[in-house]
Amino acid sequence: MDRIPILQMGDLLLVTIQVDMYDQLALTLQDDLSERISRTSARGVLIDISALDMVDSFIGRMIDTISGLSKIMDAQTVLVGMQPAVAITLVELGLTLPGVSTALNVERGMKLLQDRVREQ
Amino acid sequence: MNVRSSGSQPIAIEQDVVLARQTARKLATECGMRLIDLTKMVTAVSELARNTMVYGGGGDMDWQILEDGGRVGLRLTFRDEGPGIPDLKLALTDGWTSGGGLGLGLTGARRLVEEFELDTAPGEGTRVTITRWT
Repeated sequence: MDRIPILQMGDLLLVTIQVDMYDQLALTLQDDLSERISRTSARGVLIDISALDMVDSFIGRMIDTISGLSKIMDAQTVLVGMQPAVAITLVELGLTLPGVSTALNVERGMKLLQDRVREQ
Repeated sequence: MNVRSSGSQPIAIEQDVVLARQTARKLATECGMRLIDLTKMVTAVSELARNTMVYGGGGDMDWQILEDGGRVGLRLTFRDEGPGIPDLKLALTDGWTSGGGLGLGLTGARRLVEEFELDTAPGEGTRVTITRWT
């Protein structure tokens, strides 16, 4: 079965989505991430979607769910790299992801995560 | 209005939703659609193709590239022989879902395109046609 790789960097997990998402892949990522957070006691998750040229309501919901479940597992999630056309489309679709922290790129996202983890 | 080219492809399994998106992207590019319009169209396709698969029990996506005066347009029809939509008004309400999703598929897709037509009756399947002009 296809899987999206999850990389570990210290107490952070890094996910770069580089394939065309289908629903089962999104659900598998959700399960894998919660399992990895629990196993590694990670404090933060960075999700890079700069390679995604489309985010529909299903992927949007997956992002929202990951952010919510990592929060209750004491980890922070930051979503980075959303393309402008994707952002415009998401808002028009009606998905503003109010519970999800975002940053423009991986560098800023990493800094945000590290600052937040250090604060705690 | 002329039809420049047309075709059809099945939507039966999850991967077909990905293929439908890829076809829509290719066709929209052929039409010379701007990136933002193309992204909206492809996102609408993802929502509607998923509906065809999940609620319609599978079906087809028909595509047409249209010419009307100086305009070029992409028209896509998603059709299935599924149970149909019993309450159309409800199905077109933001946030209402019969399948555990966010309830943004149909309403969201409608907002993302210029022309949206929905033809359904209980027991007679569903046809959704969307069009975007360049």
